[in-house]
Amino acid sequence: MPTLSAVSLSRRFGARSAVRNVSLALKQGEVAGLLGPNGAGKTTTMQMLTGNLAPHHGQISVMGIDLLQAPKAAKAHIGYLPEIAPLYRELTVDEYLRFAARLHGVPAAALRAAVEAAKERCGLAEVGRRCLGVLSKGYQQRAGIAQAIVHNPPVVILDEPTVGLDPIQIREIRALIRAIGDAHSVLLSTHILPEVEATCDRVHIMHHGHLVYSDSIQGLHERRQAHRLLVEWRTPPDPAALTAIPGIAEVAALAPGRFHVRFHPDADPTDALLRLSLAHDWGLQLIEPAHASLEEVFVKLTQSEAADGAAPPATGAGRP
Amino acid sequence: MMMTIARKDLRSLFATPLGWMVLAVAAFITAFYFFLPWIDAYLAIEPRLGELANPPGITEAIVAPMCRSVGLLLVLIVPLLSMRAVSEERRNHTLTLLVSAPVSMTEIVLGKFIALSTVLWLVCCLPVLMALSLYAGGRLDLGLFAANIGGLILLGAALAAVGVAVSTSTRNPIITAVVTLCLLLGSWIMGFAITDPSSVLRYLSVGDHYEGFYRGLVDTADIAFYLLLTLAALGLAIRRLDRDRLQG
Repeated sequence: MPTLSAVSLSRRFGARSAVRNVSLALKQGEVAGLLGPNGAGKTTTMQMLTGNLAPHHGQISVMGIDLLQAPKAAKAHIGYLPEIAPLYRELTVDEYLRFAARLHGVPAAALRAAVEAAKERCGLAEVGRRCLGVLSKGYQQRAGIAQAIVHNPPVVILDEPTVGLDPIQIREIRALIRAIGDAHSVLLSTHILPEVEATCDRVHIMHHGHLVYSDSIQGLHERRQAHRLLVEWRTPPDPAALTAIPGIAEVAALAPGRFHVRFHPDADPTDALLRLSLAHDWGLQLIEPAHASLEEVFVKLTQSEAADGAAPPATGAGRP
Repeated sequence: MMMTIARKDLRSLFATPLGWMVLAVAAFITAFYFFLPWIDAYLAIEPRLGELANPPGITEAIVAPMCRSVGLLLVLIVPLLSMRAVSEERRNHTLTLLVSAPVSMTEIVLGKFIALSTVLWLVCCLPVLMALSLYAGGRLDLGLFAANIGGLILLGAALAAVGVAVSTSTRNPIITAVVTLCLLLGSWIMGFAITDPSSVLRYLSVGDHYEGFYRGLVDTADIAFYLLLTLAALGLAIRRLDRDRLQG
């Protein structure tokens, strides 16, 4: 049974349609990434999943409990970190986490242990007595995550958890999210592709309010295969000689000695290129498979969606 | 749950100087403007009071006017506190924490209301303590005293409810404070600015309904007015908060 499932969610703001017909499911022990450019509807989707916004259409169930029919029972199973962490600047970390735990129905007897455990997991043990307002952005973000997991919910939803952090903090928060994902289901949103690759097991891509792609991280890897090689030689051969190699479809010179080699999906010419380079002493300096950039993946996905007729073309809606 | 929210609000308020300042300034004003001058005035005329057939006691001459003045003080304090209640949570994006938690909108509003009225009732403790100090040199008319205290408690609840209702309507704390002040002070002034006793506007004044309690006259109509105002304002606040979820 999925821990969180949403079926055909839709939400409009006035005449503008922010989310259209989005369906998602989260499994136990899985980190899912909700990926998309700004304005794709990620935050709106998360607000609906956490009961902050009523959908115009669709159903949401958390641990089998309908969020719209029994909001209190369903919300008890969710931990949510919004885009801007909901911190009371004048409270200390301890006071804040105690309040969050009580608010989420942690019984008084278990309160202390719950707060200590959340602090331990988020690396907040040393700043328990300090006010949230004076903490650095990284610690504030950790306090926000601690607040989301203090009641040990099966579903944790994090909206852009690493925005505004420095690279070291980003790495720490990603490791923390991975650790949380071992025991809970995590849904995190981001517009950064490497973030999804570093932390997630599954990826859902949103574009103009539609869910255009849902697959495992391996699936995305294969999708990003551009069937292209970037090759660099000291004494480059004639491009015509390269096109003659079986499997190679097209050779484009980028710079003197630097080529983009596109090949047919079923015939990878890497071995052939290596052998020929050695045999003819071309002086190979670089050979690497080129990945499609996120932008290219988006373009590809959105174009194929439109071509399939699976979704109406998104005109003028949610365009950033 | 609502007690959890109320406790958090009180903790936040008294973690900043604002809570203590409100109490300190209220104590100062109550003592030096509403209490001691009345005692001096009473002592000045006391020798001649014996000539009257039915002279006013100290409760009538000192405690009741002090309580009525504290009522006006509450009107001035509410805007300072109501701006924090929901507007500031909304502006600081902390309201999301409450809405995402397994807590109903009703519990959130009631929590805010309890916190706000608790502060107002704390301010009401000041005249009670000062009045009790009069036992050092005389006796109080406990009936009149109780009527005034009861009136202040009801008034405090109604003012707190209106404050919370205004606070749920905007995300800007300053607008909340100004609107709360205009509504409550306007309504208070209406009570004595309109001399026609049958005027509806005068009947709607929060201050006018205190007059009965001031004279020791506990009228069910006055009690009902304060209770209905409290309930209506809280109902409005709950609906307004739920509208956020529906309209975004």
